[in-house]
Amino acid sequence: MANLPPLSLHIPEPSARPGEQSGVAAVQLPEPGETRRPDTLAVEADMRDLPFGLIRVLDDQGVAVGPWIPSVSPDLLRHGLRSMMLTRIFDDRLFRAHRQGKTSFYMKSTGEEAIGAAQSMVLGGGDMCFPTYRVMSWLHARGYPLTEMVNQVFSNEKDPLKGRQLPILYSARAYGFYSLSGNVGSRFGHAVGWAMASAYKGDDKIALAYIGEGTTAEGDFHEALTFASVYHAPCILCVTNNQWAISSYSGIAGGDETTFAAKAIAYGIPGLRVDGNDFLAVWAATEWAAERARSNKGATLIELYTYRAAGHSTSDDPTKYRPADEPEAWPLGDPIERLKQHLITLREWDEDRHAMLADELDQLVRVAVKEAEAVGTLGKSKPPVSEMFEGVFKEPDWRVIEQRRELGV
Amino acid sequence: MPTMNMIRALNSALDVKLGQDPDTLIFGQDVGYFGGVFRVTDGLQKKHGLKRCFDAPISEGGIIATAIGMGAFGLRPIAEIQFADYILPALDQLVSEAARLRYRSNGEFWAPITVRSPYGGGIFGGQTHSQSPEAIFAHITGLKTVIPSNPYDAKGLLLAAIEDDDPVIVLEPKRLYNGPFDGRHDQTLETWAGVPEAEVPEGHYTVPLGKAAVVREGRQATVLAYGTMVHVAKAGIEESGVDAELLDLRSIVPLDIETIVASVTKTGRCVILHEASRFGGFGGELSALVQERCFWALKSPVQRVAGWDTPYPHAFEWDYFPGPGRLAAALRRAMED
Repeated sequence: MANLPPLSLHIPEPSARPGEQSGVAAVQLPEPGETRRPDTLAVEADMRDLPFGLIRVLDDQGVAVGPWIPSVSPDLLRHGLRSMMLTRIFDDRLFRAHRQGKTSFYMKSTGEEAIGAAQSMVLGGGDMCFPTYRVMSWLHARGYPLTEMVNQVFSNEKDPLKGRQLPILYSARAYGFYSLSGNVGSRFGHAVGWAMASAYKGDDKIALAYIGEGTTAEGDFHEALTFASVYHAPCILCVTNNQWAISSYSGIAGGDETTFAAKAIAYGIPGLRVDGNDFLAVWAATEWAAERARSNKGATLIELYTYRAAGHSTSDDPTKYRPADEPEAWPLGDPIERLKQHLITLREWDEDRHAMLADELDQLVRVAVKEAEAVGTLGKSKPPVSEMFEGVFKEPDWRVIEQRRELGV
Repeated sequence: MPTMNMIRALNSALDVKLGQDPDTLIFGQDVGYFGGVFRVTDGLQKKHGLKRCFDAPISEGGIIATAIGMGAFGLRPIAEIQFADYILPALDQLVSEAARLRYRSNGEFWAPITVRSPYGGGIFGGQTHSQSPEAIFAHITGLKTVIPSNPYDAKGLLLAAIEDDDPVIVLEPKRLYNGPFDGRHDQTLETWAGVPEAEVPEGHYTVPLGKAAVVREGRQATVLAYGTMVHVAKAGIEESGVDAELLDLRSIVPLDIETIVASVTKTGRCVILHEASRFGGFGGELSALVQERCFWALKSPVQRVAGWDTPYPHAFEWDYFPGPGRLAAALRRAMED
């Protein structure tokens, strides 16, 4: 005992703070095409190296390489590109709307657009996504009406959620998009239950859930993985590792000790680590996990390695806690630029068409915002106050009835 | 009609429902092959199959989260939480998810789940097997909470809870599983044999949520109780000599406010009895409602008889547990005021 140094408490810290050189560019990453692709029906025990690899398809020149190249038609790739661009343009426009006082709150998906776009295109219409608030490209890829989205953000009279939810906490059952909540992680287990129900019924539908890397510290994450593992629930459980949980870097959730995909090992389910900024890699990994789930082989954990290029929300200023140039230093680039480059190398796209598409999407968003503004922005228009009392229970009880009368609505 | 104790009555409800509705299933800790630590699910796995009644990991949050997901898919899951004392890890799921899903999604998703859980004291379970957490749930808009006091109601209320499209928590007074208990702990144990409320039909019936039962009619005071305390109240009323009306609330959400108001308006006096500790307990809400709605009919202050504001103590079970003597004293005070 006497020879041991005193104990010291380890508090993890990120590689750099504001004013310092970001260390993200120096992170050692596997090369594109390097990580192997096992058969979808392979046993989990034989793929415990995968959580420490990184599934990458697009190389730095935009060329698809390696065993994970998915078979995706140019039309679908263009649809993916369009969905990602629409998400970014929509986000930028609505973020400005918040700054103009038109709503109370907004959250952008900037830098993470490939995830929701690719995954919503891979999964079927009857499957269910249990989203986080940073996968709005899921809805954009499935053609959710833009004006309704803005109406929700403005909590105006035509808000599909009747003014009951914070902006962007959508629910869109017809688009396979489960009701969002501001409590992080609490729907991760719902996806497992939903998938178990599908298996119970002998159906063919699967579930896909998202959780942030910071939220993997919650019990919800481990509870869901336990149930998914025990009951072989047909689901895809995704950790979007965007490096930052508000101001806490991924090390505060254990990211310096192991990968988030490696959490799967303890549960005996496959863990894939995927370049989340690579549309093709996200597509391929999702397709792999979906095929496995539909073959009664149970759940897969996918870590989508990405970067939150914008602030956490309109209430956050990331330059207060991370180097301002860190988003540009991110070694895996911008998912939109990378898919664009890939389509150009395939001779299926060019700069002119890209610029035209950007203009077209910008116009669509402008029109949608105008239409929603005509209904009203936050506080200028709202659903009837009686809506506050609806939907508490299927049938209102006397409390709701009396209180509604008391308020005179 | 067969006589059933509360365990058999609950088992019968589950058996009937599993037989009727392929979208119902049961899961929870030890509920499968073994049949539950209190035997409520005894034989159900064998009769209805492995996937209709199965064991869950020791993860209350996981159990409720999974149940909500199943409910959102279209099933009617029935989850057991082994003791109500263990439900707290699932509180976020109950409060932030089950209770709010319908509202926040504007009816796109809802959670038609039933959560069964044995609650209450009188079994020398100490503070982790004796608590009565109903006030926590009653406070949460969007949850329903049901507490039967006899086998007939237990079966009918459980069936109504399962068939309800909103999340319902069924708190089962574990002291009443095998027989009525009036708080006189030094007396011989009673069984349900020969008790009229233990005559339970084999088949399907429901007891509607939100309808109180008038257990005893009276003119001088109203006693509000639920669960084990209904039996304590019967004994306490007898002991007091007061001609009190006894209401068994049966469900606290939805609450049968009409029956409460009608009774207190008639009698002019009200004593509330519950096992849970007093401060912030459901008795506070009942007292406020009675005061708001019956003030001009009241002849004396509303009184609460409840567990003391301490954790549930092991060695002091009968000092803590509100027995008939304390209710009788409160009734006599109500008459003197």
